[in-house]
Amino acid sequence: MTNEPPVPALADLPPPESKLLRVGSHSLNSRLIVGTGKYDSLQLMKESLEASGSDCVTVAVRREKLYDREGKNLLDYIDLAKYTLLPNTAGCYNAIDAVRVARLGREILKSLENPGADWVKLEVLGDSKTLLPDPIATLEACKMLVAEGFQVLCYTSDDPIMAVRLKAAGAASVMPAGSPIGSGQGILNPNNLRIILEYLKAGDPDYPVIVDAGVGTASDVSMAFELGADGVLLNTAIAHARYPVAMATAMKHATISGRLAYQAGRIPRRLYATASSPEDGSITSRPW
Amino acid sequence: MISIEFNGIVSQVDKKSTVLDLLVFSKVQSRFCAVELNLEIVPKDEYATRLLCDGDKVEVVTLVGGG
Repeated sequence: MTNEPPVPALADLPPPESKLLRVGSHSLNSRLIVGTGKYDSLQLMKESLEASGSDCVTVAVRREKLYDREGKNLLDYIDLAKYTLLPNTAGCYNAIDAVRVARLGREILKSLENPGADWVKLEVLGDSKTLLPDPIATLEACKMLVAEGFQVLCYTSDDPIMAVRLKAAGAASVMPAGSPIGSGQGILNPNNLRIILEYLKAGDPDYPVIVDAGVGTASDVSMAFELGADGVLLNTAIAHARYPVAMATAMKHATISGRLAYQAGRIPRRLYATASSPEDGSITSRPW
Repeated sequence: MISIEFNGIVSQVDKKSTVLDLLVFSKVQSRFCAVELNLEIVPKDEYATRLLCDGDKVEVVTLVGGG
């Protein structure tokens, strides 16, 4: 008998806890968070959410329509026992408005008795063309919301220094954009994301970094996870795909495969080839 | 009648109307809503007692699809 090396089993690779995405006091079974906007119909949204495998969905706070109301509410299509809602502050351009919208979102979720009442996706925008975050107002709003007891998941650009500032301000998760919201350009600067992950996880490996915005297709999601992101948040890539339910299914698999590939440990990149078949015992001649 | 601004629209309501009266009149599903009166959130258990005053600004918001 030769001494065979032990076979690493699949179950050995990801410890059961690491299957969960932990953000503040929340534990999510799926590392994919999906938005509920831009669907052609609420039924299509519902089926897409199911296909994505996600158990956390983002929602926006808007004026109740007093006229022309169809009588249908988004919440009629979201199983509140299944999904944790993550209210956002989308459309806010200053810290005061963001805090105001976050409070209103919390108020609604409290009355729904949804666990998402204590957290918020903070988004303070700088301009409507790029939808890039206003870093100064974002930091200001983050501090104000943390002081009010919110667990803040903070949308930001892929600037590592800003990411460090937001974590220091008490953000429960920093959520760098891969590229502009809804642009579908994927992860434009993987090196910045690498630096953010290195900085935010230094001495704090479980600190959650979620790539938010810019995803165009499934490979973008896998890439984010392969880089070491803890989660991905996306909306348009599913909602505006030609077949949203199919794309949602693809995103679910991309999440699983990207995360697993990260945990499995990729091989280093090399300039030259390394043969997969042994040189030993070869019967062929060599040109050199 | 008094004049209030309700979700950005100037509206006339009866004197001594409450927040609840406004919600019932507007057929709003209050379970899915939050109410802000002059920038302050009105707790649900105060809807029936909070009186509206002339010039009040009321916002009734709900959740919609978003990313």
